[in-house]
Amino acid sequence: MNIKKISVFIVCISLLASCTKDLNRTPRYSTTSDGLYKNEAGYKSSLAKIYAGLALTGNNGPDGSGDLGGIDEGFSSYLRQYWQLQELPTDEAVIAWNDQTIKDFHDMDWTSADNFNRALYSRIFYQITLANSFISEAADDKIASRGITGADADKVKLYRAEARFLRALSYWHALDLYGNTTFVTEDDQVGAFLPKQATRKELFDYVESECKDIEALLPNPKGNEYARADKAALWMLLANLYLNAEVYTGTAKYTDAIAQVNKVIAAGYTLQPNYRHLFLADNHRSSEIIFPVAFDGIRSRTWGGTTYLVHAPVGGDMNVNDFGIDFGWGGLRTTSALVNKFGDPSGNTDKRAQFQIAGQTLQIGNIGEFRDGYSIRKWRNITSGGAPGSNVTWVDVDFPLFRLAEAYLIYAEAVLRGGTGGSAAQALNYVNQLRQRAYGNTSGNLAAISLADILDERARELHWEGKRRQDLIRYNLFTTGTYLWPWKGGVPNGRAVESFRNLYPIPSAEINVNTNLVQNTGY
Amino acid sequence: MPKQLFVGFLLLLSVLPVTLLAQEKVVTGKVTDSKDGTGVANVTVTAKGSRTGTQTGLDGTYRISVSSSVTTLVFSAIGYATQEVVISGATADVNFVATSANLNEVVVVGYGTQRKKDLTGSITAVTSKDFVRGPITTPEQLIAGKVAGVQITSNSGQPGIGSRIRIRGGTSLNASNDPLIVIDGVPVENAGIAGSPNPLSLINPNDIESFNILKDASAAAIYGSRAANGVILITTKKGRSGDKVRVSFSTLNSIAVKTGIVDVMTADEFRGYVNANGSATEKALLGTANTNWQEEIYTSAFMTDNNIAVSGGIRKLPYRLSIGYLNQDGILKGSNLQRASVGLNLSPKFFDNHLSVNSQVKYSLSKNNFASQGAIGSAVYFDPTKPVYSGKTEYGGYTEWTNASGLNGLAPDNPVGLLNQRTDKSDVNRIIGNVQLDYKLHFFPDLRANLNLGLDKSDGSGSIFVPATAASEFTRKGINNKYEQDKTNKLLEFYLNYVKEIKSIKSRIDVIGGYSWQDWLTKSPAFADYQADGVTVQEPAGIPFETQNTLVSFYGRFNYNLLDRYLLTVTMRRDGSSRFSEQNRWGNFPSAAFAWKISDEEFLKSSRIISNMKLRIGWGITGQQDGIGDYGYLPAYFFSDSAARYQLGSGYVTLARPQGFDANLKWEETETRNIGIDVGFLQNKINFSVDYYEKDTKDLLAVVPAAAGTNFTNQLLTNVGSIKNRGLEFTVNSNAINRGDFSLDLGFNLTYIIQNEITRLQLAKDPSFLGAETGSNGFNNVQIHSVGYRPSTFFLYQQVYDNKTGLPIEGLYVDRNRDGIINDFDKNWVKNPDPTVFMGFSANATYRKFGAGFVLRAQTGNYMYNAVRANSAIMQNVLTGQGYLNNGHSNILETDFANRQTWTDYYLENASFLRMDNIYLNYNVGKIMKGKADLRVNVNCQNVFVVTKYSGLDPEINGGIDNTIFPRPRIFALGLNLDF
Repeated sequence: MNIKKISVFIVCISLLASCTKDLNRTPRYSTTSDGLYKNEAGYKSSLAKIYAGLALTGNNGPDGSGDLGGIDEGFSSYLRQYWQLQELPTDEAVIAWNDQTIKDFHDMDWTSADNFNRALYSRIFYQITLANSFISEAADDKIASRGITGADADKVKLYRAEARFLRALSYWHALDLYGNTTFVTEDDQVGAFLPKQATRKELFDYVESECKDIEALLPNPKGNEYARADKAALWMLLANLYLNAEVYTGTAKYTDAIAQVNKVIAAGYTLQPNYRHLFLADNHRSSEIIFPVAFDGIRSRTWGGTTYLVHAPVGGDMNVNDFGIDFGWGGLRTTSALVNKFGDPSGNTDKRAQFQIAGQTLQIGNIGEFRDGYSIRKWRNITSGGAPGSNVTWVDVDFPLFRLAEAYLIYAEAVLRGGTGGSAAQALNYVNQLRQRAYGNTSGNLAAISLADILDERARELHWEGKRRQDLIRYNLFTTGTYLWPWKGGVPNGRAVESFRNLYPIPSAEINVNTNLVQNTGY
Repeated sequence: MPKQLFVGFLLLLSVLPVTLLAQEKVVTGKVTDSKDGTGVANVTVTAKGSRTGTQTGLDGTYRISVSSSVTTLVFSAIGYATQEVVISGATADVNFVATSANLNEVVVVGYGTQRKKDLTGSITAVTSKDFVRGPITTPEQLIAGKVAGVQITSNSGQPGIGSRIRIRGGTSLNASNDPLIVIDGVPVENAGIAGSPNPLSLINPNDIESFNILKDASAAAIYGSRAANGVILITTKKGRSGDKVRVSFSTLNSIAVKTGIVDVMTADEFRGYVNANGSATEKALLGTANTNWQEEIYTSAFMTDNNIAVSGGIRKLPYRLSIGYLNQDGILKGSNLQRASVGLNLSPKFFDNHLSVNSQVKYSLSKNNFASQGAIGSAVYFDPTKPVYSGKTEYGGYTEWTNASGLNGLAPDNPVGLLNQRTDKSDVNRIIGNVQLDYKLHFFPDLRANLNLGLDKSDGSGSIFVPATAASEFTRKGINNKYEQDKTNKLLEFYLNYVKEIKSIKSRIDVIGGYSWQDWLTKSPAFADYQADGVTVQEPAGIPFETQNTLVSFYGRFNYNLLDRYLLTVTMRRDGSSRFSEQNRWGNFPSAAFAWKISDEEFLKSSRIISNMKLRIGWGITGQQDGIGDYGYLPAYFFSDSAARYQLGSGYVTLARPQGFDANLKWEETETRNIGIDVGFLQNKINFSVDYYEKDTKDLLAVVPAAAGTNFTNQLLTNVGSIKNRGLEFTVNSNAINRGDFSLDLGFNLTYIIQNEITRLQLAKDPSFLGAETGSNGFNNVQIHSVGYRPSTFFLYQQVYDNKTGLPIEGLYVDRNRDGIINDFDKNWVKNPDPTVFMGFSANATYRKFGAGFVLRAQTGNYMYNAVRANSAIMQNVLTGQGYLNNGHSNILETDFANRQTWTDYYLENASFLRMDNIYLNYNVGKIMKGKADLRVNVNCQNVFVVTKYSGLDPEINGGIDNTIFPRPRIFALGLNLDF
C-alpha cells in the first residue's frame, strides 16, 4: 500500500517536472527568421513588406495592426506624412482640420514635440530598420546556409539590392528633411543600443555610394516587375540627390544630375499623352511613371497614401462620383499663389489646372473653412475611361514617386544652374514638351526660360506630388521674405520665418531616448 | 500538459456520487445564542480529529454524520467562542456565548486556510452577510466600498459591465493593474472574452460565500509573479454533510431609470446660437423640430434575477446545486443581458475521512444584446432641430445629414437609427470546474497531500447585422458578420502540507511545499467580412489568432507559532513564465512576516478595555506579468491579411512583418513592506485596524519610445521605470448596539494615498524629458506619465480668465517659463484622476423582524477632464463648415469658444464625490405555508444619490476623462427570499 502510494507520487512528480519545457511557447500563426527565409518566397514576402512600408501602415488593411505606436494609424502612413511635411508649409496646400498640431505646418511654428513630425521620423527609420534586417538576412552566406541556390539565389540577391535601394531612398528623405540623423546599417543588430548620428554630408555620401554600388545589380529600366525598383528609379534618386546637393552639402553637383537624367530620358519612357490620366485609378498603365508607390482598393488598403490624397480635397459642392469615392473628407485646398501661376485657372488652356472653383473662393479668409480657397481635382479614383475604382473608400490610384516629366525638369534646371552635359536648347525643348502636352498644342510654348520659370513650371507640373518644400528651399524662398504666399507662417499675407525651419527638428522623443543625437539649430 | 489528466478529472466529476464507505453515526442538534436563545446560523460544526464538518442552518439546527470513532464536536463561528461538546447521544445542543468577534474565523489563504488569529499578513475577509445588497449582477460589486485599500469602480451602466478593481492603487503603467482572482482555488481568466462585457459577470454572485483579499506581499507572495496587484480569493457556497435537504429561492425584480442627461443646447438655444454665429448657408441647415435626442435613446429598464439553490447531504455526500436566471435590460434602448447559470458542488470524504474531495462546476450561458453605444455620443452631437424620422424611405426612414452627392459621411448618424438598425448579439459560455483531492496520509497523518485540477473554459461567439440602408454602414452596404473566441485555462497543482503541534516547546508548525502548472490558450478563427446581403467585402477579414502562455511554479510556506503569541510566516515562490526568454524566465518571490499577539501577553490579558491586539510586520516581493503580450521577447514574423498585401508585378504579395521585441523583457517586481495593528475593544465590540504600506515597483513594464533604427517599432514594451506607493488604511467595525431586539453594526474604512509616484522612467536620463503622454480626450493626449508625479497626471495649460466676467479667455494661457511662446514646456502637472483619499461607510440595523442598512462611498482629490465640454462646446464643432451642424454642450453659451482648446485646465474639474451605493429595508415575515417555509421581503435602491461639484453626468469614470459613458442608472428593486 505505502510503496504503491510512493510510486504514484514519484510518477506524479516526474510528470510535473516534464512540464517546464512547456515554457518554450512560440506563436502559431507566425514564424521565426529561419522559418520565413527558408525559401525565395519568404524573402519576397519580407521584401514586399519594405516596399509596402511606403504605402501601408500595418499588417491589417486598412488598419488594426499598425507598425508604429503613439499616433493614429492612418496618420502614420509614410507617404501621407512625407507629403504633408513637403506640401503643407508651402503655397500649394492648406488643410481645414484641427488634428493635433497640424495647423503648425501652415503657421511654420512646429516644435520638436510635434507628433506628425515624429511619425515621419519613426516611419523613415522603421523602413531603414526593415531594410537593414533584410539585407543582413539576404547576405550571400545566409542564403547559402539556408540551401537556396541557382535561380532562387539570384532572385534573393536582386531582392537584397532592391532593399538597399529602398534604404537609400529613405536616407535621402531623412537627410532632406532632418539634416543630421540617426545612422544605422545592416551591421547594427536589433536591440537596445543607441545609434550614432551622421552628418548630412555623411548621409549624402552614403546614399551616393550605396546607389553606385547597387547600380549594376538592378535590372535595366522597365526590366523589373511593376512597382519594383530598376536602374531608372535609382538614377532618379541620384538625380534628385545631385540637384539638391548644394543645399545638402554646400557643393553643387548639377553636372552629375544631368548625367543621371540623361540616362533616364534615354531609357524609353514616354510622356503620358493626357496629363490628367497620370493621377487616376488606372495609372499603373502609364508609360511615364518610373517608380510608383502602389495602392489597391481591395488588396492594399490604408487611410494614408492616395486614399488620403483623393478624399481630403473633396468637400463643398464637389460631387463624390467625380472622384469615385463614398464621401469627401473636406480638408485640403490650395492658396491663390498656386492658382495665379496659371494664367487661366479654368483648365481650358493649361490642362494641368484642375481647380474646383464652383462653391469655393480664391482667397482664404479662414483656413478652417473648406470653401475658402480652391480645391484641386488632381487625384481621382476613377479610371481614364471614367469608371470608378474597385472600392469607394480605399482607392486604386498609384503614387508616382518618380516620373519622366520630373526628369525633364531636373535636366532643364541643372543646365540653367550651370551643369554640363546638356544644352539650353534641349532644356527649353523638354519644358516645351511638357507645356505642349498641357495645352494640347504649341500655343503655350516658351521662347526662353529662366530659373524662376522652371520653379513655376515645376509648380504647374508637379504640384501636390510632394516636391514643393524641397523646391522652395533650393530657390531659398521657403523661409525668407523674398516670396510670400497667403498664410505663409500663419498670417493672411504671409511672413518670413526663421531660416532654421528649412530643416525639421529631430523629434524630442528621439532626442530623449538617444543621447547621441544633437538637435538641429533653433529647436 | 497531458490531456489525459483532464479527461480523468472530468471522469472523476461524474463518478463522485458513488457509494461511500465506513461506519457512521448521525448527530443532530441546535446552536442557540446564550443571550436570547435564538438559533445561530452558519456555525461551523466539525468532528474533532477529522475533517468532517457542516454548518448550522438559519434556525441554528444542524445535522452531522460522523465516523463512529468521533467523540467530540467542535462548534465555531464568527463572534462566538469556540466550544467543544462531547457526543453523548444522537443530539448535542449548544448554548453559544458571543464573545470575541472575528477571532476564530477560518480564513482562506493561498493554498489552504488559516485561523484568522494566526494570520500575519494583511488579509481582509468579507463574507456573504457583509456583502452589498440589492440588484447586483457581477461578483466584484458585492464588496464595493467594503474594504480599506480596495477601490472598485464599475466601468459604466451597461448590463453586466465589469469594474476596475485596484488594491492599494496601481503599480504598473502598461502591464495590468488588476488583481489576480482565484475562485475555489482556480486562478481565473480576467482578461476579456469576445462577446462578454466582463468575464466576471459570467459568475453568479448569488453563489459566492466569501471574498478574501490578500493585500500585502506577505499574504500574496505565494502567488508570485502575478500577485503584485494583490489577490482576491473567492469561495463559493457548499453543501453540508448529513444535512437534510434545504431549498432556498430568491427573486429580485427591479426597474432602472436614468439619473440625468448631458446638458446640451436645447433646440431653441441651438437655433439661437446658429442664427447668431452661422453663415447664411449654415442657417439654412436648421430645421424646425424640437428633438431631445438623449430622451429618444434611453428608457426605463427592467431586471429580474431569480435563483434557486438546493443543498444538503446524501449520507456522506454533501452537495449544493444552484440555478440562476438573470434577465437585465439596460437603459440604452435595446441593450440586454440574459444569464443562465448552474453551479454544482460536491464535497464527499472517503477512507475514514482521510481523503476529502471538493469538486465544483460552475457553468453559465450569457446572451448579450449590445445596443450601439455610438448612439450615446451621437445623441449629444445630433442637431436637435431635426426630427427623428425624415418621412422618406431612404436610410431606413431616419433623418440623416445629406449633401449634393448623397449621405454626408462626416456628419454624425441619427442616434435612434444607430440603435434600431444594428443587431449586435453574442452568446458566451463559461465553465469553471475543479476537483481538489486532499489526502491525509494514513501512515503519517500530520502530512496532507493536495491535488487540484482545474479548468476554466470560455467561448464567445457573436454576430453583427446592419442593414444596407443604415447610414452608419451605408458605403459598405451594411454588415453581416460573425466572430468567435475560445479561451482555455488549465491548472494542475499539487502540494504537501505538514502540520505539527510540538507541545514540548509550545510551538505549532505548518509547512507547505507545492508545484503548480498553468496554461492559457486563446483562439479566434478568422471570418470573412460581409455586406448585409452576404456579399463578401473581404475574404477573410483577418488571419486566425492564437496565443498561449504557460506558468510553472514551485512554492513553499512555513508558519511558525510560538506560545500562540509569536507568529512567523515565510514564503517562497519560484515562477517560470513562457512570456520571457530562458535567461529571464525564472524569478524568485520571497516574503516574510511576523505577528505578535500583544493581547495574550500577561500585561494585557486582564485588560477589560482591550480584548485583542495584534501587531503585524511583513515584507515581500511579488511580480507582474499580466496585461502584456505572450511573445514580446521573441523575434517573430507575422503575416498580413488579405487587404494589406502589396503589388509586385501582376501579383499581390502577403507581407511578412518582423515584430518589435525586447529580448531582455522580464516581469515587474514589487517590493512591499507592511506594518499593521489590529485592536479589539470591549469584548471586541469595536474592532480597529490600521495598516501602513510601501510598495516599490521596479523594472516597470512600460511602452516607451524606442530609439529610431534599433527595433521594428517606434514604441516598445520594455522594463524601464519605477513607481513608489505608500499609503495608510484604517478600518473600524463596530457592533455598536446590541440589546434585546435591536442591534446596529457600523463599518468604516478609509484609505489615504500618501505617495503614488513615478520615480524613474527612462533608460537615458534627459532633464528636458517631460514624460510619456497618455489619456486621449478623443483628439489629443491630456495626461502624462512623468517622473516625480502620479501616473496619468493631467498635463495642461494654465487658463487665463477675464477679470470682469470671470470667464476663460480663449487661447490665452500662462507662459509659465516666460520664454514668449506657449508650448509643452508651459504645461503644468495638475491633479490626477485617482483619489488621494477614498472611504466606505456601511450601516446595518435590525429591529425585531426588520432590517435596514446602507453603503456610502466617497473619494476626494480625484479630478475629471470634461471632454464632452472640450470637444462639443466650441464653434468649430457646431458650425462645421462641412455641410452639417452639430449640437454641443451648453457651456458654449458661456465660454463662446470658437476652437477646441484641448489643453486648457478650465476643463479639469474636481470630481470628489459622496455616493450612496445602496440602501435597503427588509422584513422577515417568518414562517409561512404552515411553517414549512421562511419568507423574507426586501426593498432596495441602488445608486441612490451622488454629491459632487463635478458638472458632468457622473464623477466616477475610470481614467478621469469624461467622453460620455453608458450612464449608471438608479435602480429600485423588490426582492423575496423563500427558504424551505
